[in-house]
Amino acid sequence: MLAYIIRRVFQSALVLLVVGLVAFSMFSFVGDPIDNMLGQERTQADVERLRQTLGLDQPFVVQYWRFLEQAAQGNFGQSYRQGRPVAEIFLERLPATLELAFVSGLMALIGGISLGIFTAIRRRGTAANLIMTASLIGVSLPTFLIGILLIYLFSVELGWLPSFGRGEVTRVGGWTTGFLTTSGIKALILPSITLGLYQMTLIMRLVRTEMLEVLRMDYIRFARARGIREKSVNFHHALKNTLVPVITITGLQLGSIIAFAIITETVFQWPGVGLLFINAVQFVDIPVMAAYLMMISVMFVGINLIVDMLYFAIDPRLRVDRTAGGH
Amino acid sequence: MKTTAFLAAALLAGTAIGASAETLRWARAGDSLTLDPHAQNEGPTHTLSHQMYEPLIIRDMTGEFEPALATDWAPSEDDPNVWVFNLRQGVTFHDGADFTAEDVVFSINRAKSENSNMKELLNSIVEVRAVDDHTVEFVTDGPNPILPSNLTNLFMMDKDWAEANDSVDVQEVEAGEKTFASSNSNGTGPYKLVSREPDVKTVLTLNEDYWGRDEFPLDVTEIVYTPIQNAATRVAALLSGEVDFIQDVPVQDINRVAESDGLVVKTAPQNRTIFFGMNMGADDIENDNVEGENPLADARVRRAMNLAINRDAIKQVVMRGQSEPAGIIAPPFVNGWTEEMDQTSTDIEAGKALMEEAGYGDGFSIQLDCPNDRYVNDEAICQSVVGMLAQIGVNVNLDAKPKAQHFPLITNGETDFYMLGWGVPTYDSEYIFNFLVHTRGSDRGSWNGTGYSNPEIDEKIVSLASETDLDKRDATIQEIWDEVQEETLYLPIHHQVLNWGMSEKVGTEVSPEDDPKFKFFTMN
Repeated sequence: MLAYIIRRVFQSALVLLVVGLVAFSMFSFVGDPIDNMLGQERTQADVERLRQTLGLDQPFVVQYWRFLEQAAQGNFGQSYRQGRPVAEIFLERLPATLELAFVSGLMALIGGISLGIFTAIRRRGTAANLIMTASLIGVSLPTFLIGILLIYLFSVELGWLPSFGRGEVTRVGGWTTGFLTTSGIKALILPSITLGLYQMTLIMRLVRTEMLEVLRMDYIRFARARGIREKSVNFHHALKNTLVPVITITGLQLGSIIAFAIITETVFQWPGVGLLFINAVQFVDIPVMAAYLMMISVMFVGINLIVDMLYFAIDPRLRVDRTAGGH
Repeated sequence: MKTTAFLAAALLAGTAIGASAETLRWARAGDSLTLDPHAQNEGPTHTLSHQMYEPLIIRDMTGEFEPALATDWAPSEDDPNVWVFNLRQGVTFHDGADFTAEDVVFSINRAKSENSNMKELLNSIVEVRAVDDHTVEFVTDGPNPILPSNLTNLFMMDKDWAEANDSVDVQEVEAGEKTFASSNSNGTGPYKLVSREPDVKTVLTLNEDYWGRDEFPLDVTEIVYTPIQNAATRVAALLSGEVDFIQDVPVQDINRVAESDGLVVKTAPQNRTIFFGMNMGADDIENDNVEGENPLADARVRRAMNLAINRDAIKQVVMRGQSEPAGIIAPPFVNGWTEEMDQTSTDIEAGKALMEEAGYGDGFSIQLDCPNDRYVNDEAICQSVVGMLAQIGVNVNLDAKPKAQHFPLITNGETDFYMLGWGVPTYDSEYIFNFLVHTRGSDRGSWNGTGYSNPEIDEKIVSLASETDLDKRDATIQEIWDEVQEETLYLPIHHQVLNWGMSEKVGTEVSPEDDPKFKFFTMN
């Protein structure tokens, strides 16, 4: 067991290093930050001086090593654009992204499971068919388009919900939250739908398929034959068995909700880390880009590591010592 | 013009007395980079600083000089190398400290220091000295007739405040330094900082003790500034009434905004001209199909290309009417601009004849480098030019890139044919010549990617800095322009147009520098 975990951790660290290296080597193609940092009146001497100060005259391997060295000490450097420590900016921006991800994840889970059950039980009903057709929109329309359509309908035409920003936020310790004010909650609605719609339709279709599968099982027929109430059969006997794959998928999707919040955040001017990243790319703010990519890869690698270990706990076959085993 | 503006302002100020608090919610694409007024020489940064800090001389919403912290200024009668500024009396900073000559000396020296991004504008200043509490003398390294125009974005800080808060040195943006002055402010301006979260929201409130309380409308008593990056979201926020004023309405949405109830779009020429540069200096160029020679070195080829570009078509089709076709790379406000030079003409046949004459009757192919996220519809302009140049046999391969990759090509001399836009903060042709016409060197010509080098012209450009006889100076400017136009050094396309979208209750003119100064705004 210990050897397995150590091996997995080692592999994860290696993946992180490689991701970092690839990401860092790509930065040299993103452009030159110098022009953005100095005004149009700068002289050639200013350019040279700045390039040296930033260490941009060094080969990328050296820059990468420096970055790793600093990152290992918890220092992600200074943002070229804002002139502040990257870690500080991230801490300021993370609550916005996490709250958005949390609400859209919750919405996707609750909405997806209930609609999935509904469409499975009433699979020949008109309503279920309508929902299934509508769910194609969630799967096929790109996020930015959904966002713009929602803004057009609910902000411009109806004037119910705000089109941008987080509304009024409350500071609780180092965390800023939009949950405590009406405008904060209102501001959450449209971005959460935009971000969660794809996940919701995915979960819904998954639950529906699993549910249909389970409902065909013998034990369900027997349950029905025994005269157990329909409600109890559906929600007690059937649902439980459909949830195992749903939980796995949800875990993996949580990472992508945070990572793919970039587009939603740009459309709604949501002040989270995704918007920060987009700004950083446009400005060639290398420290911010590097820190963001590292954060996302740490998150994905971490989730995968946990999932691997969960499998280990769930699946007894993995626990068998392979050298001693036989068939 | 100016007096009527004053009169209107005075009248409106009169009616505004007793009016209730008016909040102006303002959005634009980007945020200010820092509150330190000398750390960045950049449009959105200066625009925010202008609400809180003030320079000695300000440009009003039409671009005209107006006294701010200085009441009058003139070259000294005894010494042509000295400018004398008389300062406004009774001005206080937001923290209550008096504004005096000592603060001016401190601010100018701070803006000249190593970390400052404003120091290039102050190159000619040798010394600043306080004569008395309200008189300052600027000593320059030779007579400098246009010194005042370099000071319109140069903000005055309080010496004692900076010293007390460890902000004597300019924030070193490159090193990621954060100082007290980069996140706090203490100016003499009409608005005080209430709160600020970079890239998210900045709130300002009226400075009740402002010296110009009775002179300007000051109808706006609170400003809430939110950057909204996505153009569609920004327009939606205006349409839904969540913001009152946006600075950049995309051309495709202008009609939509203008036709909405309660909203107006105001349009004015911007202080920025879009043009193409050509590498004429090299013996042979990389990105063409002609071996051993450089077709762009031939003035006839450049003239032919100039004739092939149909600027009216670009205006109609690409810009949806939102541009002013240009025949010169200076915007109309700039000293030295003439209507005659700004005329444009398109003549494909004459262009073909010139190509034939130059020995390129069969044409040639060349690569055009173009940004795709810097100017209004930049990539689309380049695409349309590709088709136009094909008519005279110049086959253009278009390579469009983000600005962060495009501009280094020009400054490193790695492009032969490129797009560039240029604004002139000093409103004087010298600024254009220094950067775009003078031979590329350490002090001047840093954006001259054409390889053009003419010692005679260089000499004339340098002479502009110290020529005090303004008529003579204007004549020299005209001579240089004649040469630039004759050589077809650049292919001008158009002057960009600004579109401000706002609620009907907001009253303002559109400033050519795209920098709203809210003290001039009226609210009904």
